[in-house]
Amino acid sequence: MEPTLTHYLALSAVLFSIGTAGVFLRRNLITVLLSIEIMLNAVNLTFVAAGRHFGTVDGQVIVFFVMTVAAAEAAVGLALIIALFRHKESLSPDVFTSLKW
Amino acid sequence: MISLDAILFYLFGAVTVASSLAVVTQRNPMHSVLFLIGSFLALAGLYINLDSPFTAVTQIIVYAGAIMVLFLFVVMLLNAPREDVASPYGPAYVTLTTGPRRAFALLSVVLVVELVLAMRQFVSASQPSGPDAAAHVSSVRQIGIAIFTDYSLAFEATSVLILVAMVGAVVLAKKRL
Repeated sequence: MEPTLTHYLALSAVLFSIGTAGVFLRRNLITVLLSIEIMLNAVNLTFVAAGRHFGTVDGQVIVFFVMTVAAAEAAVGLALIIALFRHKESLSPDVFTSLKW
Repeated sequence: MISLDAILFYLFGAVTVASSLAVVTQRNPMHSVLFLIGSFLALAGLYINLDSPFTAVTQIIVYAGAIMVLFLFVVMLLNAPREDVASPYGPAYVTLTTGPRRAFALLSVVLVVELVLAMRQFVSASQPSGPDAAAHVSSVRQIGIAIFTDYSLAFEATSVLILVAMVGAVVLAKKRL
């Protein structure tokens, strides 16, 4: 049986939910960022599969832009994590409560 | 009769899901990053299966190469190998925060069902492309034309974004904030 668009979309839905569960379950800022990367890649798979289905390159072009934004997000996010770690010597998101009212 | 496409899809799909699960369940961030690299490599295999070699190569070079090296670099630099199990506010605080967290994680299962249902409707409403679409989709020339004509404004905006991110990362990670 040939894998159809539905197969790829179901796989990307599973991947996206794994990423969501990781964001909620983990108590480590680096792993939370990694879970966000999983979610971005699930969406990328959706774009490529849909682009292949409709026979256009637009999906791949958008994946190209998503990768660029992911690189920028990783650079800024990791710089934030380094700055936060310097302040509190911890990576747990529960420790950073300065903005909590 | 199972086709080669189907075998590759299930193989790479299983590797992607298994290593993504390992990323979320590993306690050591170093192992998480390494499993995520494996997940990205399997995703590149899926892209090749979808007649998109350019995206597959970009995935390996940019994601598995550049971004994951950045993550590994920070994990090793901070030298914080394990997740903080003990909370600084005592055990009561832990149970208070883990309860809602677990409930929200269960919501992600609901999210799978919801996404699959929505996508089924989308697929049944859409018309598939003709057989000559594979050559068009896999052409790097077509991707280049699309980036520099239809998406040229987004391309230029991306260069500004990269510049801002670079300056921001240097400013944030500097010793004196």
